[in-house]
Amino acid sequence: MRCNEATGLLLPAAAPGTPLVAVAPDWLCAAHTALTRPGPHAVPDTEGPLHGVIGGRRVAAYPSVRTDGSVAWWLVDDTDHQLVREALRVERERTAFLAKASNVLLSSLNLGRCMDVTAQLAAESLADAALAIAPPRGHRLPVVTCLRGGSPALSTQEGVDPDDVPGLGEALRGFPPVPSRWIDPATAPAWMVPPGFGPVGSIVITPLPGHGVAAGALILLRRTENAAFTDEEEVFARLFAARAGAAMSAARLYAEQTAITDVLMRELLPPTLHHISGVDFAGRYRPSADHERVGGDFYDVHPAAVEGEASLVSLGDVCGKGLEAAVLTGKIRNTLHALLPLADDHRRMLSLLNTALLNSHHTRFATLVLASAVRRGNMVDLKLTSGGHPSPLIIRSDGTVEEADTNGTLIGALPDITATTAEASLAPGESCVLYTDGITEAKGGPMGDALFGEGRLKRALTECAGMPAEGIAEHVQMLAAQWLGNRSHDDMAVVVISAPRTHHLSAVNGRTRGRFTA
Amino acid sequence: MNTSTQPPPSRSEHAVRSADLLWGAVSVSDEGAATELVLGLLDEGTDPESVLLDVIARVQARVGEEWAAARMTVAQEHAATAINDRAVAAVSVHSAARVTATRGRITVACVDGEWHGLPARLLAEVLKLRGWQVDYLGAQVPTRHLIAHLHGTRADAVALSSSIATRLPTAHAAITACQAIGVPVLVGGAAFGPEGVYAKTLGADAWAPDARTAADHLARGRLPRPEPDHQQFDDLPHLADQEYTMVDRNSDSLVRSVYTELEDAFPGMRSYDDLQRERTAEDLAHIVEFLATALYLDDEELFTGFITWTAQILVARGVPDRSLPPTLDLLARELKDFPRAVRILRAGTRSITTAPFTAARNIA
Repeated sequence: MRCNEATGLLLPAAAPGTPLVAVAPDWLCAAHTALTRPGPHAVPDTEGPLHGVIGGRRVAAYPSVRTDGSVAWWLVDDTDHQLVREALRVERERTAFLAKASNVLLSSLNLGRCMDVTAQLAAESLADAALAIAPPRGHRLPVVTCLRGGSPALSTQEGVDPDDVPGLGEALRGFPPVPSRWIDPATAPAWMVPPGFGPVGSIVITPLPGHGVAAGALILLRRTENAAFTDEEEVFARLFAARAGAAMSAARLYAEQTAITDVLMRELLPPTLHHISGVDFAGRYRPSADHERVGGDFYDVHPAAVEGEASLVSLGDVCGKGLEAAVLTGKIRNTLHALLPLADDHRRMLSLLNTALLNSHHTRFATLVLASAVRRGNMVDLKLTSGGHPSPLIIRSDGTVEEADTNGTLIGALPDITATTAEASLAPGESCVLYTDGITEAKGGPMGDALFGEGRLKRALTECAGMPAEGIAEHVQMLAAQWLGNRSHDDMAVVVISAPRTHHLSAVNGRTRGRFTA
Repeated sequence: MNTSTQPPPSRSEHAVRSADLLWGAVSVSDEGAATELVLGLLDEGTDPESVLLDVIARVQARVGEEWAAARMTVAQEHAATAINDRAVAAVSVHSAARVTATRGRITVACVDGEWHGLPARLLAEVLKLRGWQVDYLGAQVPTRHLIAHLHGTRADAVALSSSIATRLPTAHAAITACQAIGVPVLVGGAAFGPEGVYAKTLGADAWAPDARTAADHLARGRLPRPEPDHQQFDDLPHLADQEYTMVDRNSDSLVRSVYTELEDAFPGMRSYDDLQRERTAEDLAHIVEFLATALYLDDEELFTGFITWTAQILVARGVPDRSLPPTLDLLARELKDFPRAVRILRAGTRSITTAPFTAARNIA
C-alpha cells in the first residue's frame, strides 16, 4: 500500500509497503478486494461512500479505481455528522409522533376515546405500558390501561383513593401544578400494574394539564431493562402530556355542555306520538337547520283525563326559527297544558293563550290549530279550530281530500281574537292531517324555484286514502324533503289523526289468539 | 324425477310461507293482522332473528320489488313499510327478544336523505339480539347529528345504511367524518352497488350485503381503528377536475335549460298537461342527480344502470322512452366542456340504443 501522512492519524500501523489487511479493518479490506479482483469483472457500484468504524470513530470511505488498476481510498471521519443525523432522526420521529398525537386527540371530543388514545400513544412511544386516568367520580376512578402493542382497555377502580399513591392525588386535582413524580415500584398498588407486565423497573406519574379543568394523569411504566428516562425523554413526555391534557379537558367541557343542553332540550323536543284510546296519532318534525333539533314549530297530543273524552292535539308555528322560537314554543305548550280543563272550548283556550302571549315580554306571535279527537264506535269525532293556521285536511276513504271549515286570527298579536270551530267525523281508515306552512312553502322542485304548495300536498294526500297514520306522516315529510333537495327551508311539522281500520284478526290463520289492536 | 316421499317442511319453507302470509297483511294495510302474525311466530318458538330477517325483511324486499316494477305507488310503499315497521316493533318488545347487552356499543343510522329506514332498523334489532348495545338513530340522519352522537357516546363502530345511489356523496362525507374521530364504519344497502363496490371506493372499513352478514362481521372482532388523516379527496382524486362540483351546484339551471330545449327537440311534450310536465322535469332532475353521482364516483355503470331502469319505468308508465336519447344529447351539449360528464352521458345513450334492458337495483 501507499498512503499519505494523514492516514497515520486513523490507521497508526499504516506505512508504505505494508499489506492493507494488516492495518485496515475487515470491512475496508473486503471492499478493496472486490474492487481489485483481477481479470474482467463488473466494477461494483460505487455510488456513495462505504461506512464503517475505525478505532471507535465513524468513517466514510470513497474509493476511486485508477487507470493502473490500483484503488485509492479517501477516508473521511464523519462521526459528528452521523451523530447529528441520528439526533435529527430522533427529533423527526418525535415531531411526527406529536403531530400524530395532536391530530388524533384533536379529532375526538369523547373523553373515553381521548383516554384510549392517550394511553395507546404513550405505550407506543414513551413506555412499556401506560395508564390514562380521569379525575375520580365519587369513589370510582376511570382508568384506561394499554400495554405496548396492545389495545386500550377501560376499567373502573372502585373504592380507590388516589391520595394513597404519592403524587397521583395532586396530579388529578389539576391545581396547584405539580411536576412529574417517580415512585418506588415496590409501593405501587396492584391495580396500577397491568396483568402479565412482569417486574416493573420504574413508574412515573405525570399530571395532564387541563387549564382550569382537572384533566387527569398519565402513568408510565417501564420494565427493568430500560427503566431510566433521559432528560430529553422527560421533556418529550411533558410535551405529550400537554396535548393529552388539553384534549381531555376539552372533551370534559364538551360532555358537560352536552349534558346541560340535553336536559334543557328535553322539554322542547317534539313528543313521540302513538295510539291513544282507539285513535291513531303520528307526528313528524324537521327543524329549519339540520344541526338543530328544535325550532319554531311544535305539536303535542294530550290524552283525555277521563277515558271516553277527547284527546287534544295542538300543532303550531311561532314566528321566527331557531332556539329563540323554540323557547317560546315551550311556553305555549306549557300554557296549553295548563288550559287543558277547558279543552272542550277551543275558542276560549285560544283566547286565554292570546292574552297570556300578549302579556309576556315576547314580541313574537304564533299560529296554531287545535283538534279534539274521540272515538265513537268505529268512528273518530273531530273538533278542529284554527288560529290563523292553514286548515287541516281530511282524507276520505275514496281519496277525496277536504279542507276543514275553520278559520281564525293569529295568536299573540291583537287583543281580541276570532276563531270558528269545525266538526268532522272520520270513518275507519280516514285521516286528518295538520301541518305547518313549512311544508307548503318548501321551495324547490326539479327547477328549484317552485313552492310545494297546497295543491301538490292535496294531490299527494289523495293517494294516501286508507293508509295508517305513521305512513301518511312519513310520506308527507318525505315528499317535502325530496321537493327541497339540499335547499334551505323553514321548520316543518305534520300530525296525522286516523281512525284505525278495523279487521277481523281471525282472518290471519285460525289459531292465533285474539289480540285486538284497534 | 324425484320419487322420494315429501320431506317435512323445513325451517326455510316455513319462513317463506310466513312471509307470504305477512305480505298478505301488509299489502292490504292490515296492521293488526301483521303484528298478530309475527307475535304468533314468536309464541310458537321461532327464532326472533329469523322472524326479522327471513319473514319481515323478505316482505320488505318484495315491497321494494313491487315498487321498482311500478306495481306499487310511493304512497302504497310507505303504507306497507309503516306496517312492516310496526311488525319489527312488535318483535322487539316480545319476551323472546329480550337480550342483555354483553358486547360493545354500535351506532346504527341511515345517511342523510335516506328515507328507507327499515333495513337499518332490522340490523339494529338483530345486533341487539346478538348482545350489542345499539343506538338506532333512524332514517335520514344529518352527518352533524351522527358526529355529535359519536362524540357523546363511545361507539365501537357505526353501521351506515343507504339504498339510494344518489346519497353516496353524502354517505362519503359521513364515512370520512366518523373515521376522522376514530370510529370505524361498516356500510350496507343497495346504494353501495353490487358486491359493495362503492363501499371500497368510498373508503368504508367494512361492507355487508345484509343484516346477518353485517352482524357476523361485527361478531368476528373489533373493526380496526381508522387512520386519523384520511381525507375525502384521497379516495377520489378525479374530483380535482371539479366536474362534480359544477354539475351539482348548477343542477337547477341545467335542468331548466335542458327542459326548455327539450320542448323544441321533442314536439310531443307540447301536448303534456301540467302534471306530465312536472314529471318530465322531475325525471330530468333525477338524471342530472345520477350524472352528478356518477361523476363523483367516476363510474359510468352507475349512470347507465339508472338510464336503462328509467327507460323501463317510462314504458311501464305508458310514456314513450324516445325522449331519453335527445335528453342525454342536450345534456351533453350543455356540458360540452366537461369531458367526464360527456363520456358518461354518451355511455348512457349507448345503453338504451344498443343494450338489452337489464334490471338495476340501486335506483331512487
